[in-house]
Amino acid sequence: MQNIVQDISYNVSDSGFYGEFGGAYIPEMLYANVEELRRKYLIIINEPEFQMEFNDLLRDYVGRPSPLYLAKTLSAHFGANIYLKREDLNHTGAHKINNTIGQILLAKRLGKKRIIAETGAGQHGVATATVCALMKLECVVYMGSVDIVRQAPNVARMQMLGATVVPAESGSKTLKDATNEAIRDWINNAETTHYIIGSAIGPHPYPDMVTRFQSIISEEIMWQIQEKTGKKYPDYVVACVGGGSNAAGAFYHFLNNDKVKLILAEAAGKGVNSGHSAATSILGSKGIIHGCMTLLMQTEDGQIIEPYSLSAGLDYPGIGPLHAHLIKTGRAKVYAATDNEAMLSVIDLSRGEGIIPALESAHALAILGEIGLKKQDNVVVCLSGRGDKDLTTYLQYIEKNNIKL
Amino acid sequence: MLSIRQTILNKGNNILNVYFTAGHPTLESTELILKALSESGADLIELGMPYSDPLADGPTIQQSSEIALRNGQTIKNIFKQVNNVRSHIAVPIILMGYLNQVLQYGAEKFLQDAQAAGINGLIIPDLPMEIFERDFQSLFKKYGLEISFLITPMTSDERIKQADKISSAFIYIVSQSSITGKKGGISEKQIEYFTKIKSMNLKSPSLIGFGIHNRETIDIANHYSNGAIVGSAFIRAIEKKEIWLRLFLILWILCATKLILLLFRIFSSLKFSFQLENTIGQLNFS
Repeated sequence: MQNIVQDISYNVSDSGFYGEFGGAYIPEMLYANVEELRRKYLIIINEPEFQMEFNDLLRDYVGRPSPLYLAKTLSAHFGANIYLKREDLNHTGAHKINNTIGQILLAKRLGKKRIIAETGAGQHGVATATVCALMKLECVVYMGSVDIVRQAPNVARMQMLGATVVPAESGSKTLKDATNEAIRDWINNAETTHYIIGSAIGPHPYPDMVTRFQSIISEEIMWQIQEKTGKKYPDYVVACVGGGSNAAGAFYHFLNNDKVKLILAEAAGKGVNSGHSAATSILGSKGIIHGCMTLLMQTEDGQIIEPYSLSAGLDYPGIGPLHAHLIKTGRAKVYAATDNEAMLSVIDLSRGEGIIPALESAHALAILGEIGLKKQDNVVVCLSGRGDKDLTTYLQYIEKNNIKL
Repeated sequence: MLSIRQTILNKGNNILNVYFTAGHPTLESTELILKALSESGADLIELGMPYSDPLADGPTIQQSSEIALRNGQTIKNIFKQVNNVRSHIAVPIILMGYLNQVLQYGAEKFLQDAQAAGINGLIIPDLPMEIFERDFQSLFKKYGLEISFLITPMTSDERIKQADKISSAFIYIVSQSSITGKKGGISEKQIEYFTKIKSMNLKSPSLIGFGIHNRETIDIANHYSNGAIVGSAFIRAIEKKEIWLRLFLILWILCATKLILLLFRIFSSLKFSFQLENTIGQLNFS
């Protein structure tokens, strides 16, 4: 946490913008809450007491640092050194808990009694339900009804932890709609409730706040890569991107080191041009979604297009404003992986390394063949979550598509 | 044609501003409803531009927007529809929608086409006042369009004054910290908030909206501001396929003084009523 206040040129401006992206385009009903957060978030998270509590929980409750693992089979396959940043080994099975720990500590200091969250794959919902149980705060999680079906194990976990899971029935019934419902709840309960956004999206200061809480990922990568390779930085950092929280965290401390190539993996769904895709950087244009100016998939009339990805966590029509800025400035490069390519990477990692990844994370593995890796390149792939929640999806997909194992 | 503000100032109080979603329940109904509202005495009409992700709206307006979009409603068509009725009706028309719609159309072109269609003003709930002042205020002036900003029980006095300063139509007093379409009574806390705003002696006229759905809430809106904005309740009324009866009821409650005119209009233009009823009758509501 010591490094989080350093000035980074890719960092957010005082008015909440990353270049032309970001800002807070919110109805007046949310102004007081968002303004309070904006005024207080840096002050609170830089308090020594806050940092101590945050770091203690990350260590003893989440199980950090998460290992950086040299994946030998993958490395042999791609002809480079592939290191997996094992966020899948965190408590609750993904990187999401880094942020929910930070935000619950913040919410307590803001005197909020009730927590709401949106969730796609359910990982953020589980991570939020977990910290609410820990801190004894009421928890309501909005989840698209389509996602409730495809991520059933996580729904059960949230309920086990005492959270109320509310299905979002509007639109495509996925992450976008769950986010809409959470925002509406926040409007109705602004005084009592803190909204824990799980992605690096939303009105300022959310993208920056989430990024800072997730920046523990790149902070650890810095010393771990030195320990493993003797070099100060990796040649590549690769992460999947839906809204972009794990990518933001994995990139954060490398943003200003242009020797580190930053690679994003989007979900192409059934193919970028199939009409069933979530490849925002290719299919998207500048506009406003969930309170921020960013890249999003929309019609000529500014109606937001319902995206598609087999992976619930990447099934989002926008991208965080930091990522929009990184893409626009060329600092990060984006590749897209289809459902099928991601599935094949799931199988490869399961069989090759004994690690069943989350479908989201598998997108980051699926594009490794495309980025032009050279021998001796040190590549860190953020393995953002584990695949337990996806087992039903995996088995069905394998059966339906006659994939030979 | 009077401006929005002048219309409010001329009448002074008991202003009725009715919201409905353009393209709901059918594309064709928009022009009919505009005319019907005008003829039955609505003082202002708020025409909703249906949006895929209306964050500030409750289920009623969300669903009406989904239906309107499914019907193929577009911004261009809304301009055309307003333009078609403009020569027949004098009531000021306010477009309500979300900033992304304006930006994708092209902000300046949007305002230009809105003016040309005969639209008087806009309400854009997710347009922050600061961004309006920086990027849009001069364009609104250039095209003679008025704007209203929202204030809520959580809005600071300083921001209320800012909204008063830059709202060229009226101040939209959101009755409670909530999305649109809430039912229920008015609490003492809300009355305190309305009283506070009244005592601030703002230069802009104001209307109270959100959760205005019956006689009691309308009376309160009329008492504490220049009038009421009715949205979800009107849409629910349309959806009950009883539009003219509901119109009658709503307007009877609201505009007793206009009752005679209303009766005359409705019953003397049976042809119109049937037409409207037929249009709405053709739909299958779930």
